[in-house]
Amino acid sequence: MVSVIQTRELRMRYGAADVLTGVDLDVRKGEVLALLGPNGAGKTTTIEILEGFRKRSAGDVSVLGTDPELGDEQWRSRVGVVLQSWRDHSRWRVRELLGHLARFYVPYRAPYDTDELLGLVGLTDRAHAAVAALSGGQRRRLDVAIGLVGRPELLFLDEPTVGFDPEGRREFHELIDGLAALETTILLTTHDLDEAEKLADRIVVLAGGQIVADGTAAELAARISGKGQVGYTLDGQPHQDTVADPTTFVRDLFARHGTAVGDLQVRRPSLADTYLELVHAFETGSHDTAPSALNDMTGAVA
Amino acid sequence: MNPGTNPTATAMSAGLQRGWIEFRQTVTSVGEMMGWLWIPVAALIVMYAVGGAPVAGTNVSLGAQAVPGIIGMNLVFTGLMGLAMGITTDRDDGTLLRARATPNGIVGYLTGKVAGKAAMTVALLVIVLVPAGLMFDGLRIGEPVAWLTLGWVLVLGLLATLPMGAVLGAMFSNAQNLGFLALLIFGLTGISGVFYPLTAMPEWLQWVAQVFPVYWLGLGMRSALLPDAFSAVEIGGSWRHLEMLGVLGAWAVLGLLLAPVLLRRMARRQSGSVVEERRRQVQQYS
Repeated sequence: MVSVIQTRELRMRYGAADVLTGVDLDVRKGEVLALLGPNGAGKTTTIEILEGFRKRSAGDVSVLGTDPELGDEQWRSRVGVVLQSWRDHSRWRVRELLGHLARFYVPYRAPYDTDELLGLVGLTDRAHAAVAALSGGQRRRLDVAIGLVGRPELLFLDEPTVGFDPEGRREFHELIDGLAALETTILLTTHDLDEAEKLADRIVVLAGGQIVADGTAAELAARISGKGQVGYTLDGQPHQDTVADPTTFVRDLFARHGTAVGDLQVRRPSLADTYLELVHAFETGSHDTAPSALNDMTGAVA
Repeated sequence: MNPGTNPTATAMSAGLQRGWIEFRQTVTSVGEMMGWLWIPVAALIVMYAVGGAPVAGTNVSLGAQAVPGIIGMNLVFTGLMGLAMGITTDRDDGTLLRARATPNGIVGYLTGKVAGKAAMTVALLVIVLVPAGLMFDGLRIGEPVAWLTLGWVLVLGLLATLPMGAVLGAMFSNAQNLGFLALLIFGLTGISGVFYPLTAMPEWLQWVAQVFPVYWLGLGMRSALLPDAFSAVEIGGSWRHLEMLGVLGAWAVLGLLLAPVLLRRMARRQSGSVVEERRRQVQQYS
């Protein structure tokens, strides 16, 4: 597999504060990767270093085969950045702005047809509206269109749905799901586990300035919430056991006691519970003990 | 890379499109046009009210004498302040970051900004000059040679003010602080012989005024629009075109040397979190 992004021992320090303490990240071609972590975990710092907008303190970084600090305009043309717009270009018309920005990519490759792209992000009927007249959700879709207009090989999305209502969020998730067909590699940051689960092929959890977990949502669930709580009655007496492999435990339970077992309940901490616990452990600086902190958790029925 | 398309040339051509679009946005906005026009218009009205009588032995009214100075002052104000304000605003609201995220976007952005503000400065000059020519007697507005002089003084004025505007825009940390710069230009106008001749000022003040572009652009405009005999009341009894070329040229060179360095430094500092931080500050104060 080709790595589109690779970092080794990436470190960032602001004054005396260590924000990143050695991040090893690999993003493969064509995958949608979510960088998940609480506020202040270093997600934005990481993405800004990868975008070439921020100088790192130490470590090796390669994005599309180039160190982003040294990336030239040709490199820049291969990277799409979805910025969170605020008031910029508020007097421009939607189509006018998108068409204008598309022109810069012409020397490198054919950019998106403006109307086709507006259709893709669902803004066709707003093409001639002033940017200032767009709703928050429409504006964000325009941001995505601007990020995509040069047909980038890699797209960055930093906290794309902050401040959205549930409806806007759902619409935005559908839009990003639709982009998967474009075979663009996407790196997004979020502090929302649901969002990461919904959008990403793979989730990397960043906490305390380093990566603490990495895998698909299912793998993470299996790895960090593999332990389960088994509750049952044996001859009327209630029992509660925390075990590493609930399936084997239950099979043995029945093999040994047969019909004497009643009221069986197997509980597994949800991914969300596990994630919160993990983050909490790292934030309070007790990350050496993080795995054991997961032992006693309860949650949704597995 | 597509053959036959130079990325920088493409960006500059896109930049001209940006300049045209932003120029159109400015001239079609009544509020913005009034913001730029009220100062010169108010000055013209005052001059019309107080200066109706002709200067002895000529057909030029006292008020008309001040018109070229007002035009020159306005050129400095719109060129310098227009670009400085445009750049600080664009930095604060994330326009500049978008340019940074686009290949050759900064080149395109600057081309557009300078072209748009230059066009605005010229348009404002014409909008003020044409009615002034009708209101006041004696301005040489009908003579081609006057327009020729006006043309090259204008180009020199744009070269002296726009790059410095970019420098100031890059230096000021936010758009609010630029109010200070506007006050400075007004103060400078007061000592630059716009409303009364510089020769009536104390000599040390004359020297101060002659360091800055406001005086020289006023002088250049007077040389274009007033009859030659009026050069007699100027310092040295002459329009001093060579000296004007020297001082305004020096400002142009200084601006053109500093602007790329400061703009590059400013652009390098833009990132999503920097813009986010500005947004937080602005929302806090507004």
